[in-house]
Amino acid sequence: MINKIGREIPDEILKQYGKEGYQGPNYRDNVRYKKAAPMVRGVVDPKQDKMVSNIREALEKCKIQDGMVLSFHHHFRDGDYVVNMVMAEVAAMGIRDITICASSLGAAHDPIAEYIEQGIVTGIQSSGVRGKIGEAISRGKLKTPAIIRSHGGRVRAIEEGDVHIDIAFIGAPTSDAYGNARGVGGKSDCGVLSYSMVDAQYADNVVVITDCLVPFPNFPASISMTNVDYVCVVDEIGNPDKIISNAIRMTKDVRELMMAKYCTRLIADSPYFQDGFSFQTGAGGASLAVNTMLRPIMEEKNIHMGFSIGGITQPICEMLKDGLVRNIVDAQCFDRASIESIKNDARHFEISTSEYANPMNKGTFANKLDFVILGALEVDIDYNVNVVTGSDGIVRGAPGGHPDIAAGSKCSIIIAPLVRGRIPTICDRVVTAVTPGETVDIIVTDYGIAINPRRTDLIEAYKNTHLPFCTIEELRDMAYEIVGTPDEIPFKDRVVGIIENRDGTILDVVRELDEEC
Amino acid sequence: MVVQKSAVAGTLESSDAQVTVEPGSGTLELIVESNVIHQFGRQIRKTVLDVLERLEVTDAKVVVVDKGALDCTLKARVECAVYRSNDITETLPWGGAIK
Repeated sequence: MINKIGREIPDEILKQYGKEGYQGPNYRDNVRYKKAAPMVRGVVDPKQDKMVSNIREALEKCKIQDGMVLSFHHHFRDGDYVVNMVMAEVAAMGIRDITICASSLGAAHDPIAEYIEQGIVTGIQSSGVRGKIGEAISRGKLKTPAIIRSHGGRVRAIEEGDVHIDIAFIGAPTSDAYGNARGVGGKSDCGVLSYSMVDAQYADNVVVITDCLVPFPNFPASISMTNVDYVCVVDEIGNPDKIISNAIRMTKDVRELMMAKYCTRLIADSPYFQDGFSFQTGAGGASLAVNTMLRPIMEEKNIHMGFSIGGITQPICEMLKDGLVRNIVDAQCFDRASIESIKNDARHFEISTSEYANPMNKGTFANKLDFVILGALEVDIDYNVNVVTGSDGIVRGAPGGHPDIAAGSKCSIIIAPLVRGRIPTICDRVVTAVTPGETVDIIVTDYGIAINPRRTDLIEAYKNTHLPFCTIEELRDMAYEIVGTPDEIPFKDRVVGIIENRDGTILDVVRELDEEC
Repeated sequence: MVVQKSAVAGTLESSDAQVTVEPGSGTLELIVESNVIHQFGRQIRKTVLDVLERLEVTDAKVVVVDKGALDCTLKARVECAVYRSNDITETLPWGGAIK
């Protein structure tokens, strides 16, 4: 079938997964469904010990078998050791046909590509895949199509039972021997454990892996003992230098600063820039600069931010400290300062990824957002955004919360340079649609700003704003004028990846790269 | 022009291309390596071949290692490499064979 954004989704894929094609951002509004439930084991005897001596023992006690689904979180980002550590043991035990259901996978997980080649890993469900895993997927090595979901979409899929986790491995900076785990403390501090909260609640078996055992009770706990089967202490769960950035650099790139200036003006002149407004930025150069540029305008107009969310970094934490931001709700810390803030500031809260963005619960922070600033690899003239497939046709990115907050917010702004090297960012048709165009409101480039024509209200609101507005078609034409019109990337028919919309409908598919061409 | 000896122009920096020309074995042989090969490989070949035709190079081995260079950069690198292979580095025909 051809779905609502004009993407061809093979019928056999829809049938095999029991899915529908994408039909619009609010298609499943008010739909009732029964939540999935885990098969749990009661820990009744007070003398029962949850400590296991190593990962092998944990796997054995959880009765690891061929074909199981193992889950992981990515709070340790590029510093994560947990995925590779567990999978090495799984491989050593001769187990095969494993599906990895991770909140994201990154550059740290290249060794998994080898397990894909060997048939030890045959399924990947993740927000992101990078490096060798992405290459293995795009070259057709993974036995089943990778399922790419947004952060909110992953929680939904687990809660609706689209994926059932047999064993969840939760790397935790600190835990007590009874499984109360926290994102703070220890030597691999990551601030929060938001992504793994759903895993703890919906997995049949839950194993906490830590490198810092602390006295009972480790409270307030991010992951509760009520959900944890076993606790395993290892030497190191990650590389602290790669888990967080010591200080995220402020961009000096004049192009990024110019785009940040445009974006700041758009926010300040919009009808939503009022006391109590809410905001999410990423850690990208331009979007981070907006935080800093917005601050003097807020001070001048005596406007306070009701809450900030995200990917938390130092500039926002400083605004919280100085009273310009009333609350930070945090599902991921990006730098040292944000971790210090969540430890010390009473208005800086850890939230679950369900609270952040699960579209099928009864309300999320994403729905309460005014402004979001996002990036893009490609944006097409229908405003569809690609953040997953590179210009070489290989899967190498992550939607993360992109589709969630674009859909939830009142004003979603994409910042991206018009061209990167020879690759046009604004194009006729994105290789892979990850965030549907009807949820994307403004595109800011270094050559001009396009407002989605669906947003007649915003076009009206900016009629006295002096910024280089143009149409998205004009942006595309400027890009093609500079770099030439790109040829289409050659793909085979075989589907190697499924881009699931946050509500579980199918937005797009990724096909195997045709390297003969 | 005849490619007299091997010559190089350009770098491997992002948005540049490194072009190497060598005397050929009777034909024009073009090898293109690019990080944007899928979307622009065809256009890179065409641009390079157009320049070689304009410079009347018919017998050479040309290797282009492209890092996402724009057409203007590619043209300049090919022209430079061909002239260098003839030791011509001054009084170049600006506006003539070099567009």
